[in-house]
Amino acid sequence: MTAMSTVPAATWPGIPFARMARAELRKLTDTRASRWLLIAIAAVTPVVLGVMLVVASPANLTYSKLIDYSLTPQELVLPALGILTITSEWTQRTGLTTFTLVPSRRRVLLAKGTATLSLGLAVIAIAFAAAALANLLGGLRHGNGSWSLGPSGFGELILVQLSGLLQGLAVGMLLPITAAAIAAYYVLPTLWSLLFTATAGLKHVDRWIDLIKAQSPLYTHQMTGTGWLQLLTAASIWILLPLTAGTVRALRKEIS
Amino acid sequence: MPGSAPTGSPPAIEVAGLSKTYGGQPVVTDVSFTVQPGSVTGFLGPNGAGKSTALRIMVGLTRPTAGRVAVLGGPYTALPNPGRRVGVLLDASAQHAGRAGREVLALSALVMGLPEQRADEMLERVGLSPAEGRRRAGAYSLGMRQRLGIAHALLGDPELLILDEPANGLDPAGIHWMRTLLREFADRGGTVLLSSHLLREMEAVADHLVVIGGGRILADGSRAELLSGVDGGLEELFLRLTAADTRAEVAG
Repeated sequence: MTAMSTVPAATWPGIPFARMARAELRKLTDTRASRWLLIAIAAVTPVVLGVMLVVASPANLTYSKLIDYSLTPQELVLPALGILTITSEWTQRTGLTTFTLVPSRRRVLLAKGTATLSLGLAVIAIAFAAAALANLLGGLRHGNGSWSLGPSGFGELILVQLSGLLQGLAVGMLLPITAAAIAAYYVLPTLWSLLFTATAGLKHVDRWIDLIKAQSPLYTHQMTGTGWLQLLTAASIWILLPLTAGTVRALRKEIS
Repeated sequence: MPGSAPTGSPPAIEVAGLSKTYGGQPVVTDVSFTVQPGSVTGFLGPNGAGKSTALRIMVGLTRPTAGRVAVLGGPYTALPNPGRRVGVLLDASAQHAGRAGREVLALSALVMGLPEQRADEMLERVGLSPAEGRRRAGAYSLGMRQRLGIAHALLGDPELLILDEPANGLDPAGIHWMRTLLREFADRGGTVLLSSHLLREMEAVADHLVVIGGGRILADGSRAELLSGVDGGLEELFLRLTAADTRAEVAG
């Protein structure tokens, strides 16, 4: 056997990361399933805001409240896109193509994360704009019309939304079977919450290990120092840990 | 002449001592062979012989337990933009069912840094109409998926094609088209490694044959060399080789 020749000088330039991220962003929006998810968000947001404008008491028609409503549809639906962008590579077997064109899985996963968070930010921006429009329209019903939210308020809401997306990516990498991952994402945290609410002895620790509870001060913009610590602890359990374990799994999992 | 690349030119693919076990079960055992540039090399073997595993290892999707593969002079995974040099089709059905055929090509063109109209050119090249290109891949027949897969493999204008069962599901006209396409590709200096169960097609198109069974190399040589003195052609040779392999498996 002759010795393997060494790698020749690169004939082609490598693939820039920005191009990979653009391709992953496009993959998030170009399948039938992903299009319907985005259409669902786009269709439900104005309906939710419209209903609130009609039924909410004028005192409650503030920017802060309206944002809560306009973010709800995407908060529920968008993480599913994060899940799908990972699981489809295995369940739809597109990974055969993806990882043949870009053999570095680490770069592909980073591109997927970047694309998912970018799409998330774009949709959040739209939700903020829709809520602003609704707050203006609230004037027709002599709504409160307060704009108080503040930069920290924006930051907190963006944090909640993006952490949902990261959690979606993590679950997708841990359980690369679409149905299982979606079920796990939507059911597990609720079951967990229920466990800690229903079990008397555990109630006092729930804010430390239940992400939903730990995040609730972010919605009401009443975060305290202890609150941040509780959030950090709960997020480590529910986001950081699955994200790390999921990444390791996705880097190693056989593609066939 | 294809298959008679001057000695000294580096092999397009060099497989050396390749082995892969899954949970202690050997799937590929000490496989070594080379693919010469400008040749069409047929990779044959019964179902479960380890062909697909070996092909997946070649393009870096699966890590071998032992041995290594050089593709165009080095590991496939070290190629900076592999799609521009190696066209790969491992399974035509491995497409997102909800993505349009043209979009599949356009996405890969984007990753490779090619203009999007390249997708349309490739659809035309493989005989898929613009209307078919707009349909979801999930609605494609197997033959259409193979054509899309070939279009995808040719997208980056590669110098080497690695194709796993590309003629599977094609009708006779499609098989003829595929044979012509591969022959022309090799005659222009391109290199092809393809696996197929269509032995007559393989006999018509391949210059060189590598036969594996039970994860091991059973035969490796030029078509002329391997088929000399075999009256029944490749079919007889294949059955003889793989039958011996089956007996060995039973005896072992």
